[in-house]
Amino acid sequence: MREPIWLKMALITISAGFLFVMLVMPLILVAKEALARGVEFYFKALTDEFALKALYLTIEATILAVLLNTLFGLASAWLLTKFDFRGKTFLGSLIDLPFAISPVVAGLFFIMLFGRMSPLYPILQEYDVAIVFAVPGIILATVFVTFPFITRELVPVMESQGRSEEEAAATFGASGWTIFSKITLPNIKWALGYGIILCSARAMGEFGAVSVVSGHIRGKTNTLPLHIEILYNEYNFTAAFAVASVLVMLAILVLILRNVVEHYGKDVEHEEIAEPAADLKVGVANG
Amino acid sequence: MVEVEVRNVNKTFGNFKASDNVSFEIERGKLIGLLGPSGSGKTTILRMIAGLETPDSGEIYIGGRKVNDLPPGERGIGFLFQSYALFKHMTVFENIAFGLTVQKKSDAEIKSRVEELAELIGLKNFTRRYPLQLSVAFARALAPNPELLLLDEPFAAIDAKVRQELRGWLKKTIHQLGITAIFVTHDQDEAVEVADEIIITNRGRIEQAGVPIEIYQAPKTPFVAKFIGESVQVADYTIFKGFEDYEPHEGILRPEFLEIGATIEEMPQPMPVTTEKGIIRGTYFRGSVIQIDIEVKGQLLRGLQGVGDNMTKKYSSDVLIIGDWSICVN
Ligand SMILES: Nc1ncnc2c1ncn2[C@@H]1O[C@H](COP(=O)(O)OP(=O)(O)OP(=O)(O)O)[C@@H](O)[C@H]1O
Ligand SMILES: [Mg+2]
Repeated sequence: MREPIWLKMALITISAGFLFVMLVMPLILVAKEALARGVEFYFKALTDEFALKALYLTIEATILAVLLNTLFGLASAWLLTKFDFRGKTFLGSLIDLPFAISPVVAGLFFIMLFGRMSPLYPILQEYDVAIVFAVPGIILATVFVTFPFITRELVPVMESQGRSEEEAAATFGASGWTIFSKITLPNIKWALGYGIILCSARAMGEFGAVSVVSGHIRGKTNTLPLHIEILYNEYNFTAAFAVASVLVMLAILVLILRNVVEHYGKDVEHEEIAEPAADLKVGVANG
Repeated sequence: MVEVEVRNVNKTFGNFKASDNVSFEIERGKLIGLLGPSGSGKTTILRMIAGLETPDSGEIYIGGRKVNDLPPGERGIGFLFQSYALFKHMTVFENIAFGLTVQKKSDAEIKSRVEELAELIGLKNFTRRYPLQLSVAFARALAPNPELLLLDEPFAAIDAKVRQELRGWLKKTIHQLGITAIFVTHDQDEAVEVADEIIITNRGRIEQAGVPIEIYQAPKTPFVAKFIGESVQVADYTIFKGFEDYEPHEGILRPEFLEIGATIEEMPQPMPVTTEKGIIRGTYFRGSVIQIDIEVKGQLLRGLQGVGDNMTKKYSSDVLIIGDWSICVN
């Protein structure tokens, strides 16, 4: 079917215009506002003690969320795709819960679980463990909010690949670890990479749940998004936008990585299933 | 010597009985065809022998050793999966070498074994004649020198012409290697052509086991009689001349049990006592023979004639001999 040229042009204009207003303009405005008081002020805002502390905390929470969710994602995707058991569908929807629930509610949930009103609170006090209004709470909230991302990327790929390669490896006496590292992992590495990227992007930007459990203690429990909010509320717009520009740059980096992974991942995980032969042939010539 | 013994094996999935008291024995060095319709439990049997599935009850022996509690890797088997299950991120070399790598064989040993196998499947000097994936899967399964090779519908994904050639190749190669092999198929021609012996499965049960020609000539159950070879079912064969004295019973009639001639005199062995008149309802050219569908006493029967006989015209008034009824089953 061929669309008339005017329709094509109209659609392109609408999409481009929309993208410009909703994405490009805000980015330009962020950059413009961030540099409004000159480059020197910009770097000063970034290297401010509290800004750096917030950056470190954001990085810390992101790394931990990615690590924990990678382990959790691999385990749950493995469970969901390689085994049959009762309540599988239920587990699957449970994993999606953080997508469905408002992050603020998730934050409140952690306050209820670990805060003063919780029956666990006396025990935590006794061992001198602070979770709510402290770094562990921020990490917990970040992990909770981001935990579906990796599982969600892995499940369809592992499902489509089935179990037969793993079974073939088992017939040769390969150990569980060998099967995982030599067979399963190489087959899902792109999906895993993609999941990790999405998970980090979300972890870096997380505001709602973290905001509830943080307590907004400057230099202690502030992440970048929270720090930006504080600066903004103090009418320190230029500094707020300067710090925001860091998040924007991180987002752009994630976008680039995402494209790289998608580009390579597509070739490997989808086309190879259909025709591994071409790839195999090359191997023999070298082997 | 018995290489494989399966004794009273049962397996259910949910409430579906995939294996129902399955028992059979396989002699060492034999190529066995596991034949049955789709869903009859062939793959399940193969997977239980391999250790990829655990039987609910019963015992499995390989080489005299009970293997029920052994993991697949310790059973001395090679498994060729229906979809080949090649390791898709590995090269051909790495695929074939995988079993040896897992066993931590030396590089030199691995290299010489892989080269040996590459030669077997014709990969080495570009003499490969068969599909690459199948060849690699075959070599990979053979690499660690299994005693028993298990093949799950190895030719299912291959086009008819090549498949025909592959049958002969498989039989020759397995016998050359001198290993025991079980291959699953739902194609009776393939089983009859390739296998030394056939085991027929139906709804999770073993219907019959034996040499193909024996099964063809003396089927033990109605299912086998219908499943192996061509046949027509007759509700009650005592309606035909010469068979009136038997107990009324269902019969299964193979095309070669009919002799067809325009008149009694024209038949190779005229036997007026069992000759009936029939009406030709259709003739079909089937490559090397002509199939004749012929109605006798309201019952549609099927016979075959050589193409050379050029009978299509001749039988305007038709006579039919009902020959051998040994196929009648209870
Ligand atoms: N893991 C499983 N879970 C549930 N049902 C199964 C499982 N494996 C097999 N079955 C069922 O058991 C029955 C027998 O399956 P099996 O694969 O052994 O048959 P088959 O003879 O190999 O058939 P086909 O020719 O289709 O491959 C099928 O109806 C199938 O649905
Ligand atoms: Mg099968």
